[in-house]
Amino acid sequence: MAKLTLDDLRKLRESKQQSMDMRDPTNKDAHIIVGMGTCGIAAGAKETFNAIIEELNERNISNVLVRQTGCMGLCHSEPTVEVVVENMPAIIYGRVNADLGRQIIVKHIMNKKMLDDHICDKPAMDIIGS
Amino acid sequence: MHATVCDYISDLVQNSIEAGASLIQLDVYTGADVIRIRISDNGKGMSSATLSRALDPFYSEAGKHDHRRVGLGLPLLYQTAEAVNGSVEIESTPGQGTVVSFTFDAAHIDTPPLGDLPSTVVGLMTFDADFDLEFRRETAADNYRVSRAELTETLGNLQESVNFKLVRDFLQSQENDLAQ
Repeated sequence: MAKLTLDDLRKLRESKQQSMDMRDPTNKDAHIIVGMGTCGIAAGAKETFNAIIEELNERNISNVLVRQTGCMGLCHSEPTVEVVVENMPAIIYGRVNADLGRQIIVKHIMNKKMLDDHICDKPAMDIIGS
Repeated sequence: MHATVCDYISDLVQNSIEAGASLIQLDVYTGADVIRIRISDNGKGMSSATLSRALDPFYSEAGKHDHRRVGLGLPLLYQTAEAVNGSVEIESTPGQGTVVSFTFDAAHIDTPPLGDLPSTVVGLMTFDADFDLEFRRETAADNYRVSRAELTETLGNLQESVNFKLVRDFLQSQENDLAQ
């Protein structure tokens, strides 16, 4: 790969933008948040994060925002990934390896089906207090 | 201990973000004999008392995490540095910021591999906070630098997966071109 400049990046972005604009933007408000605290990093969250990005790019899904966050408080189930899709409950998945990260893209983001065996929801506020 | 040097970098830069820093500088130097990392920020800083507690794995700053009271980031770093003939230095001033510097002996058999630096840096840039991250990379013979602000100016929202991939390719091309 030749060394890229910021100008090269801008041109690549513009060419990608033109192809993206031709697609119907569904799932416009989907967010994927990967826990990247010390616990998540140690459990392999970076591999999960990279797999999610790769799957989105391979499937040309351009309207999902992916970001990192710190520890979500579920260190026992790292890597953890929160998925927020419009008209669906916000879900935290636990023990998300790279393969499961890819499944989340296909099943949850694309087909609106939750991966029931991996849901690791937040404890109810009336149980844990403030 | 963490598996790669990049894991320590992720951990420490995240501390800076959580300390409310608006400017974070990350310096990564790799040479034949030494790996040297420096992370400086203008976040809220720590008192000497807080700093000494931060080295205790059974301490985590109040309010940082809702449901846990341990913090392993700095203790893990000290443990690894000690194991690989390295060093850790932390300077922090409340209200002004923190500088964490560490070195690992590059030739030591237990020194972790560097890891995937392009993915790590662009990943840090996707944190949901208002900050600039200036990344400066150096070897004995070469260097390059890039900042979150100029990448955002060039591409827009870095949390879009297409932009993540573009920035990673950009950083990888810089790494591939880096003379050792």
